[in-house]
Amino acid sequence: MVVEALKDQGVEVVFGYPGGAVLPIYDEVFQQNDIRHILVRHEQGAVHMAEGYARSTGKPGVVLVTSGPGATNAVTGLTDALMDSIPLVVLTGQVPTFMIGTDGFQEADTVGITRPCTKHNWLVKETDALASTLHQAFHVATSGRPGPVLIDIPKDVQFANGTYVPPNAAKVSHYQPKVKGDAAAVEALVELMEKAQRPIFYTGGGVINSGPEASALLRKLAAATGFPVTSTLMGLGAYPASGKNWIGMLGMHGLYEANLAMHGCDLMINVGARFDDRITGRIADFSPKSKKAHIDIDPSSINKVIHVDVPIVGDVGNVLADVLKLWEARGSKVNKAGLAKWWGQIEQWKLKKCLNYNNSSKVIKPQYALERLEALTKDRDRYITTEVGQHQMWAAQYLTFEDPNRWMTSGGLGTMGYGLPASIGVQVAHPDALVINVAGEASWLMNMQEMGTAVQFRAPVKQFILNNERLGMVRQWQQLLHGERYSQSWSEALPDFVKLAEAFGCKGIRCQDPKDLDDAIMEMLDYDGPVIFDCLVEKHENCYPMIPSGKPHNEMLLGDAGVEDAIGAKGAVLV
Amino acid sequence: MSALNLKKGATSHSAYDLRDPHLEHRETHTLAVLVDNEAGVLARVIGLFAGRGYNIDSLTVAEVDHEGHLSRITVVTRGTPAVIEQIKAQLGRLVPVHKVNDLTVEGPSVERELSLFKVAGTGDKRVEALRLADIFRANVVDSTLESFVFEITGTPEKIDAFADLMRPLGLIDVARTGVAALSRGT
Ligand SMILES: Cc1ncc(C[n+]2csc(CCOP(=O)(O)OP(=O)(O)O)c2C)c(N)n1
Ligand SMILES: [Mg+2]
Repeated sequence: MVVEALKDQGVEVVFGYPGGAVLPIYDEVFQQNDIRHILVRHEQGAVHMAEGYARSTGKPGVVLVTSGPGATNAVTGLTDALMDSIPLVVLTGQVPTFMIGTDGFQEADTVGITRPCTKHNWLVKETDALASTLHQAFHVATSGRPGPVLIDIPKDVQFANGTYVPPNAAKVSHYQPKVKGDAAAVEALVELMEKAQRPIFYTGGGVINSGPEASALLRKLAAATGFPVTSTLMGLGAYPASGKNWIGMLGMHGLYEANLAMHGCDLMINVGARFDDRITGRIADFSPKSKKAHIDIDPSSINKVIHVDVPIVGDVGNVLADVLKLWEARGSKVNKAGLAKWWGQIEQWKLKKCLNYNNSSKVIKPQYALERLEALTKDRDRYITTEVGQHQMWAAQYLTFEDPNRWMTSGGLGTMGYGLPASIGVQVAHPDALVINVAGEASWLMNMQEMGTAVQFRAPVKQFILNNERLGMVRQWQQLLHGERYSQSWSEALPDFVKLAEAFGCKGIRCQDPKDLDDAIMEMLDYDGPVIFDCLVEKHENCYPMIPSGKPHNEMLLGDAGVEDAIGAKGAVLV
Repeated sequence: MSALNLKKGATSHSAYDLRDPHLEHRETHTLAVLVDNEAGVLARVIGLFAGRGYNIDSLTVAEVDHEGHLSRITVVTRGTPAVIEQIKAQLGRLVPVHKVNDLTVEGPSVERELSLFKVAGTGDKRVEALRLADIFRANVVDSTLESFVFEITGTPEKIDAFADLMRPLGLIDVARTGVAALSRGT
């Protein structure tokens, strides 16, 4: 019945790992050919793969794991998906209903453990409720603000025969989040847009979650109004990096021009972003002179951190369509003179060239490695995933994204170990595309067992490891905040990544000379199969620009000069 | 915590009193939350308050519509106006929540709480306890030669006042239901 429900929900792939409490479902999986099962090496990997699959397709990712340790291993992935609003349906096995509460073998209170890290979860105690709960789960995961849901299914419920109901016959859920924005609020925003002298679109992952239509509308609206566009880490690709109005990513490691524009604007239009602390810096000094509008499908995102003047609860695509329509109907007015001056100012800021770095002919600078990767791959059908650390921020800065759903990274939770499994999930969804995981050596080790999955399922993922033999981001913070006391931020006893690749049965490449880099990257791209690329880079490079914790946007560090005392004692307690 | 210290609302002894460091102006609000009466729904609501550091001054829950499988949770909470708004929005987005009503701002409402007080004593104190109970319209629901159990219904303030009076007269135990509330009129 479970597999039947998944089929009816259009599921093509399940990422999972069997165990005693899910054997009946695995038996169903065995006896059919419609749904592909990807056998992972660790349940955390299954969840990240499903995230990569979901984020690159817009469809929910599906996971099947066993009770107890299977379920607890999934917790990090669930939390990651909740923070980044990724739709997942996770099925866990449970001990039979009559054993629940007895500390049975591999029993865990899965719904209790996962209650705070799912959008919703269910323990299904009656077989007759199973099908409708499964359909409800897909509805909840994908409607409103997307997120992970979990269904815990005791083994006796899996075995019993119940009546199956197809999706269209299942009970309609009362959970129907509002998608249409309030007309008066839309009008208030349009009025502000007509007068604004220094407007900015601050866009986030919500644009991507809303679907390709939302990205198209954002592009249209930006082109029609001429307003500059910046984006959070999660929103990259919604507006193209080659677009005329693009001023780069904002935030802690965002571009100088983007952060100063946020600080100095007089109208901030937040489209599907959530004023995360990586974005706002010190709240009291956040964009002090602007009127703020916020389009978000989740009412609890509005006024949570930053007070906004024009809240619009609704689906981004839906609201943007209304905004565009009304703005055009009212004569497509903008403050031309103000806007011209504003762009003049932004161009001025761009002259800082904040991404410049000191290149070297002797060692590979991580920025250079990414510039070359960008140059050699940007015209391909390319998807990028990342791990977490400096390499992640450099990837966001030096790679460009022209379309939504092409950039998968762990934003809200910052989960090291996300990138490798996520890249496999993406590759499963897009077998012919080029999928690259830009990794740090330390993060990559956290889920490296999934290389076995990549090899088994012939997922030709490219693991581009920027190996600085350091927990680079930790080292950077220790340098700036903790008196250069590098406590435990060395990557000691690293494996030989080339030999590791051989051991896994894939290809390993090592490169340490900038002169060899292009050829080595081409070798990686030309190889028809998974590759582990060990790119030995400068060990002590810092990632700039950087807004230290607790500082406002206009107090950004641009390079190694003058970083001493940059971060006060107060900032040091922040993460 | 000794029963004698019980005062309305959480004190610093309460696990739920995570004091707001800014000490901004804080308000008390009574929220009525209509939820699906499904397993774990109360845990979900309480987990939300604990996880996000919100206060619970009192909380009651019971099924109110058997056919519709609906329960009503009445929660009295405190916070700055912004926090109260957040609490409502966070409650509202829980999947089993149908409706969140803020009875404090949505027009006049009535609030009642039922409680039981055990007062032990003899002689003058015993007589005085009985006299005060009469004034407060509290009923005697159990009595021995050395003790009474009073039942009293009223606003939380009235029950607080009764507790204050009973304390010197030998109050040894209190059970309070927490607030049930409804808006007035139709
Ligand atoms: C699971 C997990 N543990 C710890 C951290 C804290 N953390 C953030 S970045 C980082 C270092 C990452 O090192 P590496 O993957 O080599 O990337 P680099 O910064 O060197 O590019 C650590 C330990 C985290 N984000 N996730
Ligand atoms: Mg590293």
